[in-house]
Amino acid sequence: MAYLQLRGIEKFFGEHRAIKGIDLTIQQGEFIVFVGPSGCGKSTLLRLIAGLENIDGGTLMLDGRDITDQPSSKRDLAMVFQSYALYPHMSVYENMSFALKLAKVDKQVIDEKVQNAARILNLTQYLQRTPKELSGGQRQRVAIGRAIVRAPKVFLFDEPLSNLDAALRGQTRVEIAKLHRDLGATTIYVTHDQVEAMTLADRVVVLRDGVIEQVGTPLELYDRPANQFVAQFIGTPQMNVVPLPQLPSPVQQQAPAGAEGGAIGLRPENITVRNTGATPVPGQVDLVEALGAETLIYVSTPSGAQFVARQNDRTGLRAGDAVSLDIDASHAHWFDPAGRVVAGAAA
Amino acid sequence: MTTTKRRRSNYPLGLLALRTVAAWGVALLLFFPLGWLFLTAFKTELQAIAVPPQLFFIPTLENFHEVQERSDYLLYAKNSVITSVVSTLVGLMLAAPAAYAMAFFKGKYTKDILMWMLSTKMMPAVGALVPIYVLAQKSHLLDTQLALIIVFALSNLPIMVWMLYSHFKDIPREILEAARMDGATLWQEVRLVLLPLGMGGLASTGLLCLVLSWNEAFWSLNLSAAKAGTLATLIASYSSPEGLFWAKLSAASLMAIAPIVVFGWFSQKQLVQGLTFGAVK
Repeated sequence: MAYLQLRGIEKFFGEHRAIKGIDLTIQQGEFIVFVGPSGCGKSTLLRLIAGLENIDGGTLMLDGRDITDQPSSKRDLAMVFQSYALYPHMSVYENMSFALKLAKVDKQVIDEKVQNAARILNLTQYLQRTPKELSGGQRQRVAIGRAIVRAPKVFLFDEPLSNLDAALRGQTRVEIAKLHRDLGATTIYVTHDQVEAMTLADRVVVLRDGVIEQVGTPLELYDRPANQFVAQFIGTPQMNVVPLPQLPSPVQQQAPAGAEGGAIGLRPENITVRNTGATPVPGQVDLVEALGAETLIYVSTPSGAQFVARQNDRTGLRAGDAVSLDIDASHAHWFDPAGRVVAGAAA
Repeated sequence: MTTTKRRRSNYPLGLLALRTVAAWGVALLLFFPLGWLFLTAFKTELQAIAVPPQLFFIPTLENFHEVQERSDYLLYAKNSVITSVVSTLVGLMLAAPAAYAMAFFKGKYTKDILMWMLSTKMMPAVGALVPIYVLAQKSHLLDTQLALIIVFALSNLPIMVWMLYSHFKDIPREILEAARMDGATLWQEVRLVLLPLGMGGLASTGLLCLVLSWNEAFWSLNLSAAKAGTLATLIASYSSPEGLFWAKLSAASLMAIAPIVVFGWFSQKQLVQGLTFGAVK
């Protein structure tokens, strides 16, 4: 049964149609990540669900209740903001207990819940401090704590990690995943970072220009992208997408019907760099990035195509070396001229 | 301590001296009229107009007696306190919701409305004198505290909205949104989050308007007389056609400005903060 259901959700900013009829069904306990480039509408969609923006069209159902026109305060959702948005004039304890106090929960129950959340988040010794006296990571945890003491129907996260430094971001990401596993709460998480999307999500919603491009588990999106946009958005380094005419004819001949005039998409791990002459695809090394555990080799072919190959061992190749490329066409994605997938890789 | 000392010694001595002299010069220039007023208030009428002016004399309290006797100082003082305090409170109650709406629910025309409100302050007050006088007369409000309260509150409203708007604008919108997500109603959001965070702005706006209302002379002179007159009208009554009584005028002025000067002294930090808000950051 659908827990949170979006049906034909629309949002206009003046003349601009920011959200274009979004349909999405979310099950109880799911961890959903909205991901997409900036300006794709992912934050707007989250704010529409939160009730912080008015919905201009469509309906929003939560647990069998129509909340389309309900104010935020009546929706029973909790949100963690990018800027944390803690109440600066209240202590950590007051921040975390604010919602329960408004709901007129018994003082003793409040104390129990706050202490419990503080223990989970390692905040017990900071409860009497004000947000000003905390580090960025601690503030982040207070913001999360403020959300979890309420046990809301749905947690909303709006790019919660983007203000943290890289090390702390990775650590907090793991904590959020653990928290979700322990609490089992329905969660919607907005990010532009596809690593966060891949590691946290049960299902990822890829958005572009106010439209859902694809919904699926992280590996579904990686292995069977619905179109060229998703294919290139998910995965680092990006999938190689090369127009068919730039490919040597032996590879071109493997293209399925419908891909004429389109392109081929190859993950970097499906291209192997061999000695020159070993395959019918000649090329020249432009750049080698040795990252330790893996090596990225950038190669361009005489036809003008550019490829990135990823290999797990190190290489003696240098920029300018002549090589040939071994293309694993069985893992190729074929796109028609409009960018839609013609035949996906057999994953 | 040591850091300031070190910084001072690095500073070129001549420049430091020049700056000190300039600062004292400007300060004295600004202070001189007040200082002179203070001295004159304690002179006899003869000493007050003596040429050359006397710096040293035997002070007398005679002028203060006469002012209280001739015109009831306490009545005017009471009128001043009531009109300025009430008009400030009324103004704040009107301006705060307007500033909240403009700062957090910005519409297409918010900027234009703000500009329009400010532009009304550029109109000379005398331009509105006749209509407002007639309105006050027809509604039997001439020479009442209520008339002054209404006019003070309304004429300060544009400034109050502007000041509060710029204070509220600096409160992160997400904090109010977080309160909404936490289940706060509009009233709870305002009372528990907006007002505590905007307290500095409310205080400095209130202080400024209190001072402006206290010092207001044009409307009190035109709309009030013996009953509802404020201290500004008391001072004005001492510049009579028969001639100026400098010493009594000074005594009346001193009594009129003393409360607000003392008040301003204690709240100067908030006042300066309020006026420079947004400009510094």
